[in-house]
Amino acid sequence: MATKTGPASGSVAPGAGHLQSFNQLILPHLDGAYNLARYLTRDPVLSEDVVQDALLRAFRAFGQFRGESPKAWLFAIVRNCCRSARMPGGAVSLVVHESSLGEEAAAQLKEQPDPGPSPEDEVLRKAEIGQVRAAIEAIPEPFREAIVLRELEDMSYSEIAEVSGVPIGTVMSRLARGRAMLAKELLPPGRTGDEQSRSVK
Amino acid sequence: MAACVDQELLLGGLVDNELDAANVAMVEAHVLRCAGCRAELERLQALHNLLRIDGVRHAAPESLSRRIAAMPEHSLKAANESRPWGWLAPGLVGALAASLAMVTILPPLEQTSLDQQLISSHVRSLQPGHLIDVQTANQHVVKPWFNGKVDFAPPVPDLADQGFPLVGGRLDSIDGKTAAAIVYKRRLHTVNLFVWRASGEHRQSRVENGFALKQWSADGLRFAAISDIPAPELGQFESLYRQRAGAAGR
Repeated sequence: MATKTGPASGSVAPGAGHLQSFNQLILPHLDGAYNLARYLTRDPVLSEDVVQDALLRAFRAFGQFRGESPKAWLFAIVRNCCRSARMPGGAVSLVVHESSLGEEAAAQLKEQPDPGPSPEDEVLRKAEIGQVRAAIEAIPEPFREAIVLRELEDMSYSEIAEVSGVPIGTVMSRLARGRAMLAKELLPPGRTGDEQSRSVK
Repeated sequence: MAACVDQELLLGGLVDNELDAANVAMVEAHVLRCAGCRAELERLQALHNLLRIDGVRHAAPESLSRRIAAMPEHSLKAANESRPWGWLAPGLVGALAASLAMVTILPPLEQTSLDQQLISSHVRSLQPGHLIDVQTANQHVVKPWFNGKVDFAPPVPDLADQGFPLVGGRLDSIDGKTAAAIVYKRRLHTVNLFVWRASGEHRQSRVENGFALKQWSADGLRFAAISDIPAPELGQFESLYRQRAGAAGR
């Protein structure tokens, strides 16, 4: 993380404007941080706690931030907070949120906001979103993490490697496997009938 | 007709724009010749488009943005823009927020300064290693631990079944008096309950710098609960605590 000094970190001079640069470099990624926490924990209430905790930690450690990508730096903290939030024996596990009761129920809840007068297209679109979200939530965590960072957060392979703490080659194979699982779930069966056996490597 | 196993990562790299020019040329040439890989590339592209439809990505809810804005660090916004930060130890930030607020809030009423002490103690307790002296989820360990350390016996009811697990206790000092601090958790948040000897009836509820504060009196003791959880949740904590402390038959 601290190997190179990119142009972005030049503006993160210690001293004046610590809070200002924090607000400029880190806060714009609040949506992304929440999105990542939401897909990793699959729990809307816990996600808010995790992101708040992560931002607090990020703020305290911000003076040591020397990396190129503030987004990757923040996301690595979010990811670690998600992990510790789920540690067995942690205080968190004592609280059961409604949303963690079932993915199906959660997926339904997600579709409920603004049920206003909607044309059929809108209904179809909502159903599609729910289906895609549920499919992402259903795949195992390392693949889910890679897919969310790549497809939803638009991060480069090297940024994903930084967040997940694995080599780029691992990122690539996780993406490939994650995509194979999602394609099987979401796309109509293709002409490549034996994809299933092929994707397991 | 299947895609070639050795091309799988390269096809992904092509869709993600992560290949260098030489590899792009190589994969493109391969895809031209290989129908299986061509179909696979189309599937990857279709999946890519599907995952990016609006709404799949979650946006931070309004409630979270409000919580972030209410973090004590952010109340420093105006005052601290020109302050050198290098000397600031991590974790001191919150305490600084509290003490700064103490300066800015005028007039310094007696009550306000007590609130500030509570906030400062709460923030200080969140620094690594400061939270608890006796770490246990067992009320029967925490309660006797205070014996001989304070000259009263604070009730330590078990509230874990209501989502407030006990994590421990420590000694603190409030208003010049030794106080028992009992620490509960709420999800990832810490609830500090300060208990000290004080006469008279007192009852107060307020939100200060994003911290919810509830104070009450019972049996010659003053209780002050403080946390960054929403005020209604802390109210729930107060009523549970009082109810169970009473039931424990002190």
